[in-house]
Amino acid sequence: MTMKLTLGPLLYYWPRQQTLDFYAAAANWPVDVVYLGEVVCGRRHELRDADWLALAEELTTAGKEVVIASQALLESSSDLNGLKRLAEKGGRLEANDLGAVKVARDLGIPFVAGPHLNIYNGQTLDWLAEQGAVRWVPPLEAGKAALAAILAEKTCTVETEVFAHGRLPLAFSARCFTARHYNLKKDSCEFRCLNHPDGLPINTREGQDFLRINGTQTQSAACHSLWGALSQLQGMNLDLLRISPQAHYTGEIVAAFAAALAENTAPADFAQWNPEGLVNGYWHGNAGIKLEEETT
Amino acid sequence: MTRLPQLVCPAGSLPALKAAVDNGADTVYVGFKNATNARNFAGLNFTDAQLAEGIRYAQSKKREVLIAINTYAQAGRVQEWHASIDRAASLGADAVILADLGLLAYAHKTHPDLKLHLSVQGSATNFEAINLAHEAFGIRRAVLPRVLTLPQVEYVINNTPVEIETFGFGSLCVMAEGRCILSSYATGQSPNTHGVCSPAAFVRWDNQGKTMNARLNGILIDRFEDGEPAGYPTLCKGRFAVLGETYYALEEPVSLNVLAILPELIRIGVAAIKVEGRQRSPAYVAEVTRTLRAALDAAGNADFQVKPQWSTALDKVSEGHQQTLGAYSRPWK
Repeated sequence: MTMKLTLGPLLYYWPRQQTLDFYAAAANWPVDVVYLGEVVCGRRHELRDADWLALAEELTTAGKEVVIASQALLESSSDLNGLKRLAEKGGRLEANDLGAVKVARDLGIPFVAGPHLNIYNGQTLDWLAEQGAVRWVPPLEAGKAALAAILAEKTCTVETEVFAHGRLPLAFSARCFTARHYNLKKDSCEFRCLNHPDGLPINTREGQDFLRINGTQTQSAACHSLWGALSQLQGMNLDLLRISPQAHYTGEIVAAFAAALAENTAPADFAQWNPEGLVNGYWHGNAGIKLEEETT
Repeated sequence: MTRLPQLVCPAGSLPALKAAVDNGADTVYVGFKNATNARNFAGLNFTDAQLAEGIRYAQSKKREVLIAINTYAQAGRVQEWHASIDRAASLGADAVILADLGLLAYAHKTHPDLKLHLSVQGSATNFEAINLAHEAFGIRRAVLPRVLTLPQVEYVINNTPVEIETFGFGSLCVMAEGRCILSSYATGQSPNTHGVCSPAAFVRWDNQGKTMNARLNGILIDRFEDGEPAGYPTLCKGRFAVLGETYYALEEPVSLNVLAILPELIRIGVAAIKVEGRQRSPAYVAEVTRTLRAALDAAGNADFQVKPQWSTALDKVSEGHQQTLGAYSRPWK
């Protein structure tokens, strides 16, 4: 079975034109599914609901399956209402919060159980499938063994999509760390995230790259990649692999994955597109920050 | 008279449970000695015999005992979590505190009379999430993550039939609970998978001259100069460099303290106020329980004011000797 590629939701806050250009390019990339919508911060409005829905229509016309992703932290009534508006018009939903599951279930919309729903066992996945989940993304910290165990345990029929390449969204807060960095309050943040299209790296006092600030989200500084594990992934009965957008080279990375899956020649230097470094520890059941040699 | 919220206090041992009960807790929450709860630390938590005695002690004084089984059941080992739920039911716990949707489904089906609370680790920050768990599993109470403002807490309360429990005192998670895997990124173990955060087994203190380095799995979390009080390297509370500036990039070492807003919490209808700290000593539990009991009993009065001796008592046991109202007031908002 050939795995399809998906383009995960944009985690960063880019200027409007950059975002539109990115998706115009993505319409021609070898991805089958594109996730749209704001998943990090309710204050990010370079694209309004109507813009996301227009993009959804364009990408659908280009032959992509479009899924609208929910915020991972739904706090306010406006967060919830915004989600309902998009869900009613946008078709498929990625639920990253139990409240989003409720919205999808009540509207009878098939949904993707996102990576932040904490699905660590087969029964949890079965329960979500009963609520209408048609696809799921395992927790980012679940490695090869954990994933195989969940798949062995589940009894439902759902597609499995693995987060295969991108900086890891590790934590969500009500507090904005980008605003904090600039000594600004969250509600008057001056939208400083716009200046950091790949977030703001956090280094230890010994200069080690550690984490990455992206507004209210904390990411890994390095890029998690299963590039070296493709042959293992192919033996696991998976359906889709997710590439998470970054400010540069996303198209090249998608093309490389597509070529590798089609068993064409792999690029000589895959790592060049992520100079911040690659990690894969989670896949091996270790600390996510580790990089292990694949032994396939 | 205004109905006071229950005071829910932590216990990591039988002496701590008795200290909580003796000092005025309405409810004590505890965990088993295994990976099924989010304070899975060596030397902590209860055997079945200890728990049976603790439940007997609390219930004989008309207090309640809740058992936290609030990590996520790991595939292939789900039986450990099911067995813990079964034990909690047979021991006569007043409720179990769960986060995992599959476990909620199991408990609801297998033990229909067992009261279920949705753990803070379940990350339910909005009424839709709580109402779904109510419809599906009949949860009686939900513990809110420490990320909501007071008006947001009130909005949740006004839109759900489920009792709402909020945190009142203790170490502060700045991230939404259940939505943070920073710990496993650094060490391979997280609250969701192992019931631990920044686990002690990965902590190393190394001395470089007069400087003390606090490391987590080799990663430098903080560095303390001579004479500077050294804190535990919880990784979100370390000092890091961002664009060349070194500071507490995510959060200072600080404790949550809601004494100043107790009347507000009562007014909006919070059903229970929780104290963090099952990993803390019986002396801590006694001190904090006694202080919050006194404050809560006074908070229903119109002329309520925080007494200096309460603040002093809590300051002594606060992380970094600092306290905050956290998200409830959002000075950073």
